[in-house]
Amino acid sequence: MNNTADVIIIGSGIVGGSAAYYMAKKGLKVLVLEKDMIGHGASSRNGAGVRISGRVDSEFGIARVAIREIWPTLSEELEVDTEYEKPGSFLMAVKEEQMAALHRSCERALKQEIEAEVIDGDELRRRCPYISEKVVGAVWYPEDGFANPMKTTLGYYKQGRKLGVRYVTGEEAVEIRKCRGRARQVVTAAGNIYEADKIIVAAGFESRALMKTVGIHLPFLERIDECLITEPQPPMFRYRLSCVDGNFYGHQTQHGSFIFGGNTNMERYEDTYAGQPRNTASSVSDKARNAALFVPALRGAKIVRYWAGWLDSTIDRLPVIQEIPEVPGLISACGFSGHGFALGPGMGRLLTEMVTGEPLCADISAFQYDRFHAEGCFGPRTNYPKV
Amino acid sequence: MILDRSRDIGEFVPEKDDDLIICRCEEITKGEIRRAVHEGMWTMTEVRRYLRTGMGLCQGKTCGRNVKAIIAKELGVKPVQLEDCRARGPARPVEMGTFGDETEACIEE
Repeated sequence: MNNTADVIIIGSGIVGGSAAYYMAKKGLKVLVLEKDMIGHGASSRNGAGVRISGRVDSEFGIARVAIREIWPTLSEELEVDTEYEKPGSFLMAVKEEQMAALHRSCERALKQEIEAEVIDGDELRRRCPYISEKVVGAVWYPEDGFANPMKTTLGYYKQGRKLGVRYVTGEEAVEIRKCRGRARQVVTAAGNIYEADKIIVAAGFESRALMKTVGIHLPFLERIDECLITEPQPPMFRYRLSCVDGNFYGHQTQHGSFIFGGNTNMERYEDTYAGQPRNTASSVSDKARNAALFVPALRGAKIVRYWAGWLDSTIDRLPVIQEIPEVPGLISACGFSGHGFALGPGMGRLLTEMVTGEPLCADISAFQYDRFHAEGCFGPRTNYPKV
Repeated sequence: MILDRSRDIGEFVPEKDDDLIICRCEEITKGEIRRAVHEGMWTMTEVRRYLRTGMGLCQGKTCGRNVKAIIAKELGVKPVQLEDCRARGPARPVEMGTFGDETEACIEE
């Protein structure tokens, strides 16, 4: 088989898969190398949220394109039910001192021209009677929603494959090689060599080791991410819920089951069991406790399964998206820090524009790899936005 | 195992028993599984994520072997070449109140 293409994409998650699909639509010959199975990383293991709210300005551009221009018609485009809905979300506070954070979140949203409204606990319970008395207030974001991550990611794969994208799975890229100063070849663990004019690295945390082979250092952390799923419940409410401290989120899926996730803030210190992450001792019970506290009616709902995945996390929780100046032809699209699923479709469009040289649909100047600096003592040399 | 997903596995040919339910928890039929293989889902995990086979109450403990046999036949490979259906914890469904019952806050009533 001919091992050359116009573009090689390393990683078959939603970023790589959507890029492959949009590029194939433009007539490009695309080859995707995947070390495991299709979308086996954070694209299949995430909390399924598709939110436009809570984005720092730099990330908002891609979120806007994804959520307003692509997600609404994606099921038709991919001929698969992505289960995308935007019933709106409540960002909740459980302590009075968290209300200031709600107001800040709302103000930023209004500046970004997203509909948003701060409401008190009683108004929240009027709109969604299932919410606990313990919740003191919330921001209402009517544009937020969720989708099915697995079907969306596999939908891009299915549709790309139909357009002639060549996917090779179980083929682990281990080295990028330059020819005449440009990225040109990808060498795999099996010793195969693939060649292309452009190489896109969309391999999650594994991108770090790959970029190192051409001397580019990406300071990422691999972080564990866990969720629990309940048995299907009778229809209760469509809203997506989350807590402003980041430690709780969830919604009822189309299937009827609830999915709950959120931080434990222990993630950095847990073993990530690279390749096959496992649930940690504290996390699932923590989520079950949170869910029962926020939605008391779910106390008796049974957990049918839980799972663990992992994220490629940067210090500012923002991705690295850039054609690397020192290695022309090499494009980084990684470090999504848990934001990649919702942004994924927008990333596919953006990467396609980067490859074809069309004007970009969103500003990516804030996502360069050299933005990370040591902090020092004498003044704010780095000003990482709080996400 | 390296798999070139462009390998030709032939056209989808309807079969008489395509409406046979294989995954009883999620009510997925043989025909749906076979179609998914032709749409590119070549592993147990991909079919599971695409159709929900093995995602229900039994977590694939009942239908896993049958799903595997159907995928393997469609691909023209031996079932052992496919990975097992991976069950997730908990071993059987547990109430959230029970799972989270560590604090006073959850013992209310």
